[in-house]
This record gives sequence, structure tokens and C-alpha cells, in this order.
Amino acid sequence: MTLLQQFQLWLVGSWPGWVAYVVPAIVGIVMVLVFLVVMVLVFIWYERRLLGRFQIRLGPNRLGPEGIFQPIATAVKILLKEDVIPAKADKVIHWLAPIIVFVPVLMIFAVVPFGQKAILADLNVGIVYVVAISSISAVGIYMAGWASNNKYGLIAALRVVAQVVSYELPLVLAILGVVLMAGSLSMTQIVASQHIPFLILQPLGFVIFFLGTVAEMNRSPFDLLEADSEIVAGYHIEYSGVKFALFFLGEYGHALAYSCIIATLFLGGWQGPFLPPILWFLIKIMAVFSVIVWMRATLPRLRVDQLMGFAWKGLLPMAVINLFIIAAEVLWLSEITPWLMVVVNFVLAGVLVLLWSRLFTLGGGRVEV
Amino acid sequence: MTTVLDGEQIAKEITEKFPGAVVSADKAAVVVMAESLYQVAEFLKNTPALDFNYLSNLTAVDYVDYFEVVYHLVSLKHNHSLVLKTRCYNRDKPVVPSVVSLWRSADFQEREAYDLMGISFDGHPNLKRLLLWEGFVGHPLRRDYL
Amino acid sequence: MVIKTEPFIINIGPQHPSTHGVFRLRITLDGEVVVDVEPIIGYLHRGIEKMGENRTYTQVIPLTDRLDYLASMTNNFAYVLAVEKLAGIEVPERAEYLRIIMAETMRISSHLMAVGFFLNDLGAMMTPVLYMWREREKLLDLYEMVCGQRLTYNYMRIGGVSHDVPEEFLPALKKFVAEMPRFIDEYDQLLAQNEILLARCKGVGILPRDTAINIAASGPVLRASGVKWDLRKADPYSIYDRFDFEIPVGTVGDNYDRYWVRMREMRQSVRILEQAIAQLPAGEVRAKVPHLLRPPVGEVYGHIESPRGELGFYLVSDNSIAPYRFRIRPPTLINLTALKDMVIGWKVADLIITFGSIDVVLGEIDR
Repeated sequence: MTLLQQFQLWLVGSWPGWVAYVVPAIVGIVMVLVFLVVMVLVFIWYERRLLGRFQIRLGPNRLGPEGIFQPIATAVKILLKEDVIPAKADKVIHWLAPIIVFVPVLMIFAVVPFGQKAILADLNVGIVYVVAISSISAVGIYMAGWASNNKYGLIAALRVVAQVVSYELPLVLAILGVVLMAGSLSMTQIVASQHIPFLILQPLGFVIFFLGTVAEMNRSPFDLLEADSEIVAGYHIEYSGVKFALFFLGEYGHALAYSCIIATLFLGGWQGPFLPPILWFLIKIMAVFSVIVWMRATLPRLRVDQLMGFAWKGLLPMAVINLFIIAAEVLWLSEITPWLMVVVNFVLAGVLVLLWSRLFTLGGGRVEV
Repeated sequence: MTTVLDGEQIAKEITEKFPGAVVSADKAAVVVMAESLYQVAEFLKNTPALDFNYLSNLTAVDYVDYFEVVYHLVSLKHNHSLVLKTRCYNRDKPVVPSVVSLWRSADFQEREAYDLMGISFDGHPNLKRLLLWEGFVGHPLRRDYL
Repeated sequence: MVIKTEPFIINIGPQHPSTHGVFRLRITLDGEVVVDVEPIIGYLHRGIEKMGENRTYTQVIPLTDRLDYLASMTNNFAYVLAVEKLAGIEVPERAEYLRIIMAETMRISSHLMAVGFFLNDLGAMMTPVLYMWREREKLLDLYEMVCGQRLTYNYMRIGGVSHDVPEEFLPALKKFVAEMPRFIDEYDQLLAQNEILLARCKGVGILPRDTAINIAASGPVLRASGVKWDLRKADPYSIYDRFDFEIPVGTVGDNYDRYWVRMREMRQSVRILEQAIAQLPAGEVRAKVPHLLRPPVGEVYGHIESPRGELGFYLVSDNSIAPYRFRIRPPTLINLTALKDMVIGWKVADLIITFGSIDVVLGEIDR
């Protein structure tokens, strides 16, 4: 019984039916949107400062104390720019693409549990909903690349489709491992069943899922989609103004959404001693995001064929093996003690990673022309 | 230290193989006829004792009566160098054989000499203007341009 | 059913974050694979060779600054060496040592920039660049101490250098040289053994040894392909024969070897600097040269080992105050001849980093 449902029951007593139906929905949506917008602004600020510290310089520190108004200034700047549409671009698709990229990101937040009973919609197929919705953004990105009537955008769009589709598979298999151990598809159940966080119980699953989400978010080291140094901003090369703001927001919204998902699935969601649950949730999200920014600041970029090789030859077999191991453990070992599973899983993760790093080469070579 | 080979010595060797090719020679350089430039260059490259496999610099100079194309050759193995020159007396359509098939470093340098001086290199696969845009009229580095 | 495919032509245009200047490449792509490459240059052509014919020998020195603007003093150095060879002028000892110090610090500064931007093209978002620029800032401060400029120095003169270094220069330089080996270790640690870097650079963009000699490549590009040819040892100019240093030589000639050769060369430059500072004598810094120099009739080809290769000046003199012909041998233009060989069959991403590893400067290519 989530908080919103309790609110609704209270309303039914004293207000007409349609009010009790509409008002909790609006309240819930507004709260989720406020969380999203505020956290995206915080993420933008945090990333720029952290990136600056990695590069031995200060980040933006002029606007406001320690630069906390910088994201607002960025947002205002982008919104005030002129909306330029290339002459031969396909106008309808050009207009539709940013919306298709941005809206699914908003929709993921409907099933993220912020606290014990604080969730907008307690679906009992929560994680399947997340997987389904997050793949829609790829279509939007492809539309953006095509509609720009620009060869650079087209190359980027094709790379995106390849990348997103390849990394979906290991992602879903890693999620299946979590689902097997939790025993249910619902997000609240997954959080409730984590007496020991799944990070420790399934290290290999966590690594696969983490790399899969970094690839889905088109972030370094998988960011050949918007490789500044190669195809000059990739799919949003012809976008400016509000549409670019939607892409920009969509990228950080994606980062936020996937950080929330990782925190929910692997780090135990809002659980933790002493502090209120929402604070634990925020701490976990920021920790995951810090690691993502760290990867961006330090690692070079992978090439397209190396990326695909990594997904299909590296992550996918490991994800399948991981799934079988988890299934076997849940069947035979779960009565004994969970700590035995931890040890077995760590050992197996180490062995598999070592084996893969010896056996397979990253990417193709020269093509005979 | 890279030894600079004596031009007169090399001129003697060239005249043995190709009589009449050498126009003049002094301590600094060997001047050959434009028609026999390619054979002389090939001889200089393929003789094991000389082994000039590195074309360090190719340039053209406009002395008002004639154009002079200068080749600075180096041998990495023996560490000696030589200056080879050829002259072209036709002001309107100067033509010199190209040495691209011997030393690929001549590729861009001959294109530049064509672009800025107007000397055509016979046998160059892609003799287009390099530094100036297509459609530019004239050859700026000549002495009578401006 | 056979799907019809056709290669498409894309323009990596003059304005691009990764072309290191205004450089245009027309590439023909078949999917992601590069099929043909055609470089189109001339966007920065200023006619320096023609301008040189209308200026006195001393007035040409600031023109040479603008050639390879990332290593300006080496251009000055090559030009004044050529003129001194032509006119038979002797340079005082202290000036020679100061010139070597400037040339080697320029080599370090130029390689820091080249390696930093090579790693940036690979995708490590400016982090290696900013680490290397910490040291480059110290070098630029040193140059500002000496000649007041940070980019185009105009410090060398025919017969020596323009004026002596101030007192703060030598202690600051000693401090820099003492700290530098530790910083080079830090850069080595940053990314040299990174899995992704090795996967993207090893074996990519190979320039075979025979091709390298045939196209008259020079500098780190030639040495990475396995040819041990460095003008400082093969044809020593100025007083390089008094110093003890090694020449790093690569094996395969791929991008990783070019990066490796540049990192090692920085260490050797620090070695030369230590010896030069220890041996620096006192004395004059400029020989007595007439104000309007008239060299005897003749010609000269003076060349040095600049950070990018063999930079040469071919001067023809007819005993007047301006050179009759002023030709610049651009190392990077000639190194670029083999771009097509190095890149065909690889992908767009490899094209960008191979091009970055050749380390071009458009000022020198276009003159």
C-alpha cells in the first residue's frame, strides 16, 4: 500500500470520486518531476565540478557560491538560442525526435522506490516496464540523426542503433539474475529482499549491468555517439534551442534514471541505518554517478567494432554464464547461508574475468580494400 | 657528420654511364640536362656505392633566363649527400620529368613547384594545384609576378 | 536479393575540433571503413616564401616564427643557422648554449602538446592535456622571462641571440629540469598501459620502414618506423656533438610507437638540458654582424631536427640585402605523403588518431 494509495483512500471518504482519482496522480507526478529536475541540475553541477577536479582545475565557480547557479545559467542560455532547422531536413521527424528521446526517461521514474512506501506506481512487473521503456529512446536518437540531413549525424545515428541494441542483451540477462534472487519482478520486492545488497551477492552481475548502462547512456568510454573529436557532436549536430535542451536534459535524465535503477537493484535502494531513507537513496545515487563521471574523465574511447566485440563476445557470454550460476545457487545453496553464495560468486567472477581477458581480443583489424 | 659529396667526382661517374648528360659540375652541385634527369636519378638511387634513397628537398628557383629545379639527395646508409640540379629554358611551358616513381616524397613538392612556379612535371600522377585554389590564374612565386 | 551499397564521400572539413588547424580531408567511406583519403590544404597559405624575398635577412626572422607556431624558436634557429653558414659568421659560445637550451625546451613543450592532444583525440576528455599543460605553462613563463612572448618569440638573431637571459631564468630552469623526470613518469603512468589505449593504437596506422624512407619522412614519424636517423647525431649542427644523449627508435611504426618515441625524446631532452646548464659559459651573446647583411653569392641548405622532423631552409643569395630565394622545407607536409597508406582499410576513428599521431601544424604545411 503505497503512500499515494493511502492518500487516495483518505480522499474517497470526503471528496467526489474523480477528485480522489485525479489529485493523488497529479501530486505524485509533480513530486517526481520536481525530484527529476532538481536532481538533474544537481548532477550537471556535480559533474562539471568533479570533472574539473580530475583535471587539476576548479570547475565553474563564478555564479553563486561554488558555482551552484551554473546549471541554471546553462539552461537559460540554451533555451534562449535560436531554433535553427536545416533547409532540407524532414520537419516533422526533426521536431518529434527530441520528444521521443526525452519522454521515456521521465516515464522510468514512475517505478523507482524512493522510500519504504513512496513509489508512484507499484507495478508488479516494474523491472520489465523499465527495460521496455528505456529502449524507446534509441528510436528517437536514430530519428534525430536521420532528420538532420547531415552525413555526420547519419553515421552517429547508425552507430547508436548498433550500440544500444547490442548492450540490451547483457543488461537484461544481468537483471534476470537479480530477479531470480529476489523472487519477484516488482521493484519494491527487489529492494525488500536485499538483506545483503546484491552488489556483494552478485559481483559479476553488477559489473555487467553497470557497463551495460554506461553504454546505454552513451557515456565515455562508449560515447562514440557524440565523439567530439570525430564526428563533431554526432546526432544532435543540427539541433539548437529548446530541442537541444531536451537532448541535453535527456542525457542527464538518463544518467539519473540509471543511477536510480542501479541503486535499487544492486545497492539496496533506500535501506540503511540511522538516516532517513530518502537521504540514503540520494547518497547511493551520487556514489554511482561519481563512478560514472570518474570513468568519463579517465578512460579513452572505444572504437565501434571494439565496442560491438566487447558486447557480443565479452559481456553476453559472461552474462549467460552468470545467469546459470545464479539459477544453480538459488536452487541449491539458498537454504544454507547467503554468505557462502558471496564467496562462491566472487571467486567465479574473478575466474571468469581473468579467463576472458586472456582469451579474447578487442575488436577487428584492418579490412582489405 | 654527413659528407657532402664532391660534385665533380659524381659528374665523372655520371658521364661514364650517360655521356652528355652533365651540363656543368662544381664542388657544390651537379647540373644535368632535363631529358636525362630521370635516368641519372635512377642511376644515383640504384648504384649500391651511392644509394641515394632519401630525397630530402625538391624546389624550384626562378633565375630570369631559366628555371632551375634543385634536388637535395641523401643516403641514409652511407651518410653522404648530393645536390642535383636541372635547368629549363622554356619560359612559357617549362617541362621537367617527374621523379615520383623513384622517391614518393616528390609527390607534394612537385605539386607545389607546379602551383607556385608553373613548372609541369611529366609523369606525375596527380599534378594539381596544392596551396592555391583551383581557378587561380598565374604562378605567384615567379619573379615577374607583381 | 543483393542490397545495393555505395561508398559515400564525407568532408572532415576545415573547421573541425580534431584537425589541429584548418585542414581538410575528403574521405570516401564504405560504411565505417576508409577507402580513400585526399588531403586538401592551402587554407593558411600566406605566401611567406614570396614575402621573404622582399625583406632583409634580419626582417625574415619574425616571418619564420609564424611557420611552426608551436615550436617557434626552432624555426628561428634553422633560419639563422642557414644564413650563418652562407655568410660564414661565427657565433659566440654562450649564444650557442643558449640556443641549445631554447631548442630543447621547445622540443619538450611541443611534444607535451602533441602527446596531450593525441590522447585527447582518443577520447580521454582533455584530462591528459591539462596534466601536460601544467608543465607547458612553466615553460611558457620561462620564455616570457627571456623575450617577453609566449608564442612567437623572435629571439634568435644572425650571429647569436637577441639579448642575454635575466638572472631569474637560470634558477627557474634548473628547478624545472630537476622536476621534469618525475612528471614524465606521471604521464607515463596516466595512460601508457591502459587496455583501451593499447587496443586502439597498437598495430594501427602502420608506416613500413621502406615507405618511410621513400617518402623522406623525418622526426618521430621516421624513427618510430625503425630508422635510426636523427640530424642531431647524423649531421650535428651547432654544438650538439658535445652532448651525450640517445635516440629512441621504435619497431613497428604504428601509432603507439610514435607516441612512445615522443615520450622518450622528452626524457632525452631533459638530459641534454642538464648538461647544457652545467656547461653554460659566460660571455657575449651576439657576434658583430653588419646591420644590412650582404652574404656572398651562393646558396645554402641549412637543416635542423625540429620536434616534427627535418626543418630545412634553402637560401639563394645574390649579394643583396634580401634573399633571392627563400624556400622552407616543411617536415609535416612531407610526412603527410603517406597518410593514405597508413589509413586505408581502417575506420574513421583510426583515421583521426593516426592523423593526430603524425602531429601536423598547418602554419608549416601551408606557409
